[in-house]
Amino acid sequence: MTGSGEPPGEIAIVASGPFATVQDLGRPGLAHLGITRSGAVDRPSLLLANRLVGNLAGAAAIEITYGGLIVRFSHPGMIAITGAPCPLTLSDREIGMYAPVDVPAGALLRIGAPARGVRTYLGIRGGVDVPAVLDSRSRDTLAGIGPEPLVAGVRLPLGQEKSDPPTIDLAPLARYVDEPELRVLTGPRADWFAPDAVSTLWANAYEVTADSDRVGVRLRGPAMRRHLTAELPSEAVVAGGIQIPPSGQPVIFLADHPVTGGYPVLGVVVAKDLPLAAQCRPGQRLRFRPARQAVNGLPAR
Amino acid sequence: MRILPCGDEALLVEVANLREAEELYGRLRRDPPPGLTDLVPAARTVLIAFDPAVTGPARLQALLHGMSPADVTSPADVTSPADVTSPATVTIPVRYDGPDLVDLARLTGLSPAQIIERHLRGRHRVAFCGFAPGFAYIAGLDPGLRVARRDSPRTRVPAGAVAIADEFSGVYPRASPGGWHLIGRTDLAVFDLTRNPPALLVPGTPVRFVAVGGAAVGGAAVAWA
Repeated sequence: MTGSGEPPGEIAIVASGPFATVQDLGRPGLAHLGITRSGAVDRPSLLLANRLVGNLAGAAAIEITYGGLIVRFSHPGMIAITGAPCPLTLSDREIGMYAPVDVPAGALLRIGAPARGVRTYLGIRGGVDVPAVLDSRSRDTLAGIGPEPLVAGVRLPLGQEKSDPPTIDLAPLARYVDEPELRVLTGPRADWFAPDAVSTLWANAYEVTADSDRVGVRLRGPAMRRHLTAELPSEAVVAGGIQIPPSGQPVIFLADHPVTGGYPVLGVVVAKDLPLAAQCRPGQRLRFRPARQAVNGLPAR
Repeated sequence: MRILPCGDEALLVEVANLREAEELYGRLRRDPPPGLTDLVPAARTVLIAFDPAVTGPARLQALLHGMSPADVTSPADVTSPADVTSPATVTIPVRYDGPDLVDLARLTGLSPAQIIERHLRGRHRVAFCGFAPGFAYIAGLDPGLRVARRDSPRTRVPAGAVAIADEFSGVYPRASPGGWHLIGRTDLAVFDLTRNPPALLVPGTPVRFVAVGGAAVGGAAVAWA
């Protein structure tokens, strides 16, 4: 483990895999300036990775899409890998997910392709210390704000975003079911749709398509038809919002969603279930079911 | 006012018009309820995002219902909602040489010189942001200048382009596709990630457009694509 006086070192990206970015908890509270929150799309997995290595909750980690990341460590350190489970080797020795692992200087970490899920998080003790933009090291892929997506040859300095040494040595693996069910609160614009739209949403499985990304999970299935055809004046949208464009095919917004949208939002996936959507692979199907209105103690009025 | 559910961490409040949305936004911004995490005005709505560990929809609904109409709607003698919050006026120097002035003249029945004069005379203020980081929907456009967006959007509008559409003016913070009518350009950087806040045009900000001559103001000229 790195002592407090030593330099925390850096990591070198040897291979980035299909797509990897630096992410933290994003830029909350700037939506009124047209800046979306961004940050890890599977936030609980990022938080867990940071907790396992004793980092502050807001330390930056690497969000790896479909595995394939290879990194070399300049200094001794500590890592934890969470999210979509991948085969892992550290200098050709197998290591486990969801646990802190000590890393010797010069070690090479190889993250293979996940069999389930999409996004894997590499947390490193001290956090990734690239320059923050608007107090965050997250890459906002829609607006192009924050550190560039990782490519081979890039070196990332490590920081001091850590607290006491970690006390947990293993966390339970996240479960990735074949057909996850997401709880949805209908609204704000359910009344813009034909009366059968909401029942269509509950009754059918929707397939995740290949053009899904950090902006949203794009789905294919029975179309939801609008009842009001007027143009909706642009309004703020939220992560988890299920927007229905004119095609009738839903999009679930993720971390890099636009701040405002001009198509009506039929319902919103509850915050706790959104990581399940973010981890669905193309071809996988998901289902929606109504959330009780009593979420967060809201009595139905 | 209609309070619409928007997931378990937000409410969307729908009001009758842009002015009411600006008023509600200004009021909540000045006196934010506990647990507020984001407040996002738009053309007819204000999104209230909250931390469910601190507050909840029931409490926020009660707060919204408890607001007297005078708190939310604008008395007739208030010239601008911005008068209450009083952020400093942002002056935008514009070279009015946009490629759409001729089309606009045809659409409005005004001459290009009259269009420019009416644009300069408007009492402008930022109503909300969206489309791109730092892109402000600036309300207060002369009613005679209101035209729908272009039928075919441009694939690239340069940064600094000053444009109008519907009831708004806007300044493109950086090069992007765009469907508004281009009336001029400015060298003022309306969005700069190294600044805090990065956006010059935040909701509620009064805006004054001033005409400048052919030479670039304090920087390189923006070339029309």
